[in-house]
Amino acid sequence: MNEPLKNIQGQSPEAKAAYDARWQRVMDCVALKQPDRMPIGMQPTFWLAKYGGISCRQLMYDYETTKAIAERAVLEFEPDVHSPIVLATASGNALEAIGFKQLQWPGHGVGDNQPYQYIDREYMKPEEYDDFLFDPTGFYLQKYLPRVASAFEGFEELPSLPGLHYFRLIGGIRAFARPRVREALEKVIKAAEEVERFASHHADFTQRMTALGYPVSYTVTSVSPYDFVADYFRGATGMMKDLFRNKDKLLELLDKAVVFLLRQAIAGAKASGNPVVFIPVHWAPDAFMSPKQFETFWWPSFRKMLIGLIDAGLIPMPMWEADCTKRLEVIRDIPPGKCIYWFERTDMVRAFEVLGDVVALRGNLSPSMMTTGTPDEVDAAVRHLAENVFHKGGKLILDCAFGIPDETPVENVRAMFDAARKYGG
Amino acid sequence: MGEMPMGKMTDQERQLVEWLADMNEDDAVELAKRMLLEEGADPLRVLELCRAGMDIVGKRFEEGEYFLPELVLAGEMLETIGAIAKPLIKHAPGEEPKKLGKVLIGTVHGDLHDIGKNIVSFMLDINGFEVKDIGVDVPVKTFIEEIDAYQPDVVGLSGFLTLAFDSMKETITAIDGAGLREGRKIMIGGGQIDETVRSYTGADAFGTNAVDAVSLCKRWVGAAA
Repeated sequence: MNEPLKNIQGQSPEAKAAYDARWQRVMDCVALKQPDRMPIGMQPTFWLAKYGGISCRQLMYDYETTKAIAERAVLEFEPDVHSPIVLATASGNALEAIGFKQLQWPGHGVGDNQPYQYIDREYMKPEEYDDFLFDPTGFYLQKYLPRVASAFEGFEELPSLPGLHYFRLIGGIRAFARPRVREALEKVIKAAEEVERFASHHADFTQRMTALGYPVSYTVTSVSPYDFVADYFRGATGMMKDLFRNKDKLLELLDKAVVFLLRQAIAGAKASGNPVVFIPVHWAPDAFMSPKQFETFWWPSFRKMLIGLIDAGLIPMPMWEADCTKRLEVIRDIPPGKCIYWFERTDMVRAFEVLGDVVALRGNLSPSMMTTGTPDEVDAAVRHLAENVFHKGGKLILDCAFGIPDETPVENVRAMFDAARKYGG
Repeated sequence: MGEMPMGKMTDQERQLVEWLADMNEDDAVELAKRMLLEEGADPLRVLELCRAGMDIVGKRFEEGEYFLPELVLAGEMLETIGAIAKPLIKHAPGEEPKKLGKVLIGTVHGDLHDIGKNIVSFMLDINGFEVKDIGVDVPVKTFIEEIDAYQPDVVGLSGFLTLAFDSMKETITAIDGAGLREGRKIMIGGGQIDETVRSYTGADAFGTNAVDAVSLCKRWVGAAA
């Protein structure tokens, strides 16, 4: 699994050599070996709109323009690994087709020049834990999907499938012909066709970059079990109340979520051929819960997930958002040489001291510095990380704290890449 | 944190305060209900006990023993008991505890995030401030109108996204331009906020958590921190 997308059509010998060298740099970091130089990651989202001189809305809707701008950016900056740029940006048509309710995006709730934003709500009520636990698929079909995407509205009328048998099964499927169900099925098929187009533009872009010598960092994204329940089901405050009011059911659901989240991530990564699984981590920060709550509710199910991914031959890449300094000793407890830990605000030197012999590191140029600072300040920040982490033996993949902030002046991105090459040799 | 003018507490009252402070929601709510609905306790006294419980919660949060989940649950308990107690208040409430100052808070335009703002509002409230929360994605014009009408001592601008840097800068520039900066302080906060952003926006101070917000406000209104 460690050498994805070999023998790509149209890849010249030079491009292949460049591709292999770039990918090897990152894989050396993962294996805790010193790479030939400090690798650089590039993860732009709406920054591309600024870079390409188009609106955020166009970036989300116009596949061809987005691919062209993304290609221009990759070719200008020559990162060792880039993110699945099309997947992260050009989702507008797919979101619209499916009537997605958990995001507001340009033209749908936010202005044409604003990034999409997640709507934190209670998508599952506290009294629904039992339903979800007993029959997750039924809960998805009849309750969750219609709540989060309008194309599924009508699925509430689907029959409960477990228990159907023999002539009960024959009679039980009548609901599929009901007008609301029929309409929903038609909408979902249309939406699926759009998602297929979206996915093929992503595959097209990734293959083209591969042919030109540029590996994609990852294509599969997952979520920690705790964040899965907190962000997408219970909502932030609902989840915090559950730590007291529904503790046992929550723990049971977290255990169950590990299983299906793992199955999905492993299947997706194996199909893509890229071993890295990107996992943005939202609820781990020091300020969000006590060490005891972290070790009771957050970490155990996530650790199981990391081990499951590692056992499947994959490379988990959690992005630890905000400041996770107080978690470092706990999250150290994984097999060495198997993961990339991307840190947002955690002091990278401190992370290196605690985790340097266990994981590769990624990050973490400050978003405020990238957006409001000068190229000289960016240069100094890269130099600091190169000198105090990479050249001291840290297996650092240089990147911004969570990817390139949308408002970053292009000259600061240039300064970042120039400095990484200057100091990371 | 100032001493609450609680007077002497009975064992039962002390128990309520303790259960509230210890996140023992079921027992605390049940006891408060019994006191209010069966034993005819003075609703104002019960609310005072709630404040005493919240005082301890706030202190434990500041000391790093409690985190966001405890603040959220404390807020819930306060709301549940308040909803039972408030309709029982027969006479016009006597002397309300004097507020330390007024804070106007909102999430700047373009940003829809509210969790951090809500936590800050709650902590300011239980620490004795009068707080007016004007919501999320608040246009510059609305901030100006609200400040002009409410005359707060402190304005709090919240934002989670990096786009909030510019929205905060615009809002603060407009506050200056409208002549509304004099005699009041502006604090900013949110996941990406640091000294670089403070200096960029022209705010008086920044904070990364609710304790910072409370200490800043207390310092500014001249209250003991």
